[in-house]
This record gives sequence, C-alpha cells and structure tokens, in this order.
Amino acid sequence: MISGAEIMVKCLEAEGVTVVFGYPGATICPFYDKLYDSDIEHVLVRQEQNAAHAASGYSRCSNKPGVCVATSGPGATNLITGIATAYADSVPLVAITGQVRSDLLGRDVFQEADITGACEPFVKHSYIVKDTADLPRVFKEAFHIASTGRKGPVLIDIPMDIQENEIESFTYPDSVNIIGYKPNTKGHAIQVKRAVEAIRKSRRPVIVSGGGVLLSGVKPKFQAFADMTGIPVISTMMGIGVMPSEHELYLGMLGTHGKTVANRALHDADLVIVCGARLGDRAVAAPHQMSENNTVIHIDIDPAEIGKNVKTEIPIVGDMKNVMNMLIDSIGDYKVPVQWQETVKTWKKDFLRVPPVFEGYVEPRTLVAHLSAMLRSKAILVADVGQNQIWCANNFRIREGRFLTTGGMGTMGYSIPAAVGAKLARPTRDVVVVCGDGSFQMSMNELATIAGHSLAIKIIIMRNHRLGMVRELQDKNYDCRHSATILEGDPDFLKIAEAYGIDHAEANSNAEAEEIIKGMVKSDKPFILVCNVYPDTPSI
Amino acid sequence: MQYTLSILVENHAGVLSKISGLFSRRGFNIDSLAVGVTGDPNVSRITIVANGDEYVVEQLEKQLNKVIPVIKVKRLTEGEFISRELILIKVHCPASKRSEIVKTAEIMQAKIVDASPSSVTLEYCECSARVKTLIDMLRPYGIREIVRTGTIAIDRGNTAVSI
Repeated sequence: MISGAEIMVKCLEAEGVTVVFGYPGATICPFYDKLYDSDIEHVLVRQEQNAAHAASGYSRCSNKPGVCVATSGPGATNLITGIATAYADSVPLVAITGQVRSDLLGRDVFQEADITGACEPFVKHSYIVKDTADLPRVFKEAFHIASTGRKGPVLIDIPMDIQENEIESFTYPDSVNIIGYKPNTKGHAIQVKRAVEAIRKSRRPVIVSGGGVLLSGVKPKFQAFADMTGIPVISTMMGIGVMPSEHELYLGMLGTHGKTVANRALHDADLVIVCGARLGDRAVAAPHQMSENNTVIHIDIDPAEIGKNVKTEIPIVGDMKNVMNMLIDSIGDYKVPVQWQETVKTWKKDFLRVPPVFEGYVEPRTLVAHLSAMLRSKAILVADVGQNQIWCANNFRIREGRFLTTGGMGTMGYSIPAAVGAKLARPTRDVVVVCGDGSFQMSMNELATIAGHSLAIKIIIMRNHRLGMVRELQDKNYDCRHSATILEGDPDFLKIAEAYGIDHAEANSNAEAEEIIKGMVKSDKPFILVCNVYPDTPSI
Repeated sequence: MQYTLSILVENHAGVLSKISGLFSRRGFNIDSLAVGVTGDPNVSRITIVANGDEYVVEQLEKQLNKVIPVIKVKRLTEGEFISRELILIKVHCPASKRSEIVKTAEIMQAKIVDASPSSVTLEYCECSARVKTLIDMLRPYGIREIVRTGTIAIDRGNTAVSI
C-alpha cells in the first residue's frame, strides 16, 4: 500500500524534480513527512509568495518547471502574487497546496481557502484532487500543461485526507491524454511563406523579440537569423538577453522606459517581426497605431496573443524554435538594404547619453553598465521593480548570461527570492541582484534563506530613500505632490546584513562601488552592497 | 452584433465557473447561457449568446480555446442554425380577459399549463424573437412573473458540433 503523500513525492521524482521551494503547515504535513525521506532538496523560504518567485527564478534558469509548496488557507493565498507573476511572465510552475480534509470542504473551517477559485485568473490550469488514485495522472498532466504550449503555472490543491489515504500501488503514466489541450507548435507553412515574401520585400524591417524567444530555447537560431539577414533587433523587457547587448544589430529595449533608438526604429520600420511578445502597453503605448504605417508579422505559440494588442497582417502560430527553423530555411540570400542599416547605426550613436555624476553618490546607470565586465560572462542579473529595473534593463551589458525580472506583472520584491532559485539552478554562475531600498524591504526576510543555504548571491541595493519610480510619476503627473513615496523609518541595511551574518559594504561613488564589487564577486559567500544614489536620479 | 457560441467542455465540476469567470474578467457581456450534458456523459455543451464586435468575438473564441477543459468552440453562422429558449409566463387574467389570452396563446402556439381564478401560466418554446413577440402581446394584461432558460442552438442540416 502507498499513501497519497508518498505518491506526490514519487511523482515529483518521476518528473526529475530535485529542488522544491516551500513553507509547511498542518494540511500539507503528510507530504512534508514523506519529503523528509526523499533526495529532493527543500528550500524553506520565509514567506510563501517568495516560494513561488524562487521557483520561477529556478525555472527560468534551469528550463524546467519550478515547484513550490504551501499549506492551505493563508499559505495558499500568500502564493497568489507569485503565481500571478509567473502567469504574466509565462513561467512554468507547479504549485502544490495542502487543503482541509475533503469532508470539511466548503464549511469555512480553520485555514480553509478556495485557492483554485482564487487563482483562477492567474493559472494556466488548476486541480483539486478528490481521489488519491487520481494523483499520478494529475501530476503528469500538471507538469505537461505547465511546460508545453505557452508556459505557465498550474496549481494542484490536495486535501489532507487525499494525502493520507492509501492505494494499492503507484505507477506514473507515460503520457497524457487531455482532449482539450493540443497546442499547435508547428507553424503554418503558408503563413511562413507569406512572412518570407514580406521580409524579402521590406526596406526597413525590425525584429521585436519577447520572452517567448528565451522560453522556447531558440536563442542561437534567433541570433543566426538576425545575423544572416542583418535585421535590427529590439526587445521587450522580457526579451532582454536574446542577444548580447553589445551586438551591433541589437538596439535595446523598446517602450515607455526603453531606448530612443529602439522606439525610433520601430516607428520608422516598414515591417515589424514580432517574436514571442504580447506587446503590452509599456512596450507599445499605442499598439493600435503601430500597424498603421507598417506590416506586422506576429509569431507566437499562443493564438490568443495574435491580434490582441497589435493588428497583425501575417499571423504565425507555433513554437519559435520550429518557426525560426522554417524562416532560416526559406529566407534565402535576403539582406537588409544598406541604407537602413546605416540609418539605425547612426541613431544608435546619436542617441547615446552619458548620465551626469552627482558628487558623493553612486550613479546607478553607469554602475550597472560597468557591472557586466566585472562578472563572468554567463552571469545572471536579477532586477527588481521600479527605477532599478529600468536602470538594469537599459544599461546591463548582457553577454552569455541571463537577465531576470518580472516584466509582465511588475511585482516588487521579486529579485531576492528569484535569485535564490536562479542560484540553485546555476550554482556555478555569478548571480547578482539589483534592487531598490523599497523592493529590498519587500523580501529582505529571504536573507535568512540565502544565509541558511549559504547561497553566494550578491545583492546591490540602490538606496535613494524613495519609491523612485512612483515619485517620478508624481513629479510628472501629480504636481510634485509626493504622497507616500518617501521611505521614512528605514533600518540600517548594513546592520540588517550583519544580523544575518552576511558580508556587507556601503559605497558613495562609482569608484568605491566598483572596487567593492570586484572583491565581492571573488568570494563564495553572499554579499550586500548598499549604494547611495542621488535621490533625483531619473529612470532613463 | 449578437453571436451564438456552441462550446463542448469536459463534464467536470468547476468548468462553468472557469468559463463564466473568463467572460467577466475580460469584460465580455453574456446575454444568455445554457448548460447541459451531451450524448456523451463526459461532455457538456455550453451555449452562450453574447454581444460584441468582431474583435471581441475573435478574442473570446481564442480565450475560450485556452481553457484546458474546453474541447471545442464553434461560432454558429447567422441564419444557419435553429435556436430555442423555453419560457414560462404567469399573466394576470381575470375571467373577463381569459378568452382573449387563450386566443393569443393559440395564435402564437403557446401552451397553457396552469390557471387560477386571477391568472394563467403559459409555456412557450421558440426562438428569442418569437418569445419577445409573445411577451409583448401579453404585457398589456399584466405579467406577474417570467421564468426563462438560456438559448440553446443547433446547426441546420447535416453538420454537427461534435468531438
């Protein structure tokens, strides 16, 4: 005989899961008891939301679904923001929650919350398991759904008695059969042909790449396509890292907080090839106007994205990997007209700005621009949300590594837990967090997780004593009325680091900061660097 | 523009809430909704009548298709399907008006299913337009209560929305 809890552990093992992030509680105890005997590593976070963020960071760096676990009621509801963040960023997660005994469901007992109902808008799919014998099928389906098609979080809610009940034996299914779920990955040959014809006719094409390019693991092919054709590449925030920042064809991030050259190229283009991007309002402020002067080819695994925000002439539904192969095979000897190449190159030079330096402060944009050179080439930079995110998105010179941030949901407090997941997925790489003093305080409780697992994560806090981005918005749109954006009562972050036993330092100039960074990257211990930033430093 | 969607879904608890939640979440308006099991007990059919422009309908179909337990979504073509809804109407009916109301029921081919000294109840199963006509004709007498189902619809001819 085998219990539901044991089956849950065996399902995770069968899926090749080696680490889970979570926080126990009464209704998930049967599972935790069996996990205790397993080789799967459990990372105890300090708040459930961070378990979901850590699983997300882990997933994005390991290309496997991340797994997070919480108990019923508040444990489960705390997960929601993390799940919603993964949903917005299309990150594959399997979230497991304990639930009150099935005979008590619906009676509002202690720590009961309708988590499948509450998560409905933020999950790709969810299950509440009513029979122990269903567990293997449900786990198999959950991992399949999370990691195929447009990736995303799947929730499995498991009442305590379902974990305790025993069945005869365990077999893990080899395959799934979900009648309503057959994602189309192939790419329609006729649409690809139309796309190729449009590209070959175009005089001023650009590629807009989103997170989908990274999610489908097609980075080298994508870069090859750009190199072959010479088409300039712009990325959304989630697409940063599709090619090295210094690549001559890469123009940077587009949008409200993006690079002028990227927005200018998009504006003047006669053909826009959108690759795995949804083009939300921060990427293209007036998407309905975008296609007025140009032709749009939109490639996406999710048919619902095509035509949702931007009018599309040539839709291609399929996995970027397949579509990119088809494009490379049929594009022939097309090369972007020299004139367009030259125009873009000139803009790139013309729009270059060097930020001014304020005496006695660290200039964050310059520091981030210099950061990459001090790290190994496959470094992972995790940016939080706010001005720090824009400083990083526009200035970090990514080489072969990754840039992690939440571009879709924009959840403050993401960076530290996501870095925990990233470091566990890629222990040999440099993992650096850049956050603000606001976002740091949203998840600084996770310093315990970092210290507890001796994770060599380097945290750079850009301290300006403000919620800088909101304050910027208030300056612009609310008559400089700084309602609730000055951070009063902040603790001494160095003493916080000290309390967790984490090495730390403070910098008041770029020279000082760079000296400290050069030292901290050599150590295999965590580090906190507090950079004092001039309070009125703008986002861009 | 009004359109009718015929949706086949897995017959599980919670599927209807996924679908109705999707409508409210994305700001789509439902005029009517009807659910019932199909010939296959594992599959239910949801018929939705909704309003919106072409963009809205297209988005709606795509979003519905993303819901995992949704097996098939079909937009029924105007004029090429038969639709029905069932309505029960209780009309104020003193003895003096009874023969008029019975006559109206006869003209419209509605059935009188109950009566009391001061009311009659009619049953009517027709397309929405005819249901509206009947209601309009009975309104002058004083309608006490209306109970109606959502619209159900089926393709004309040999085509079928099946798995």
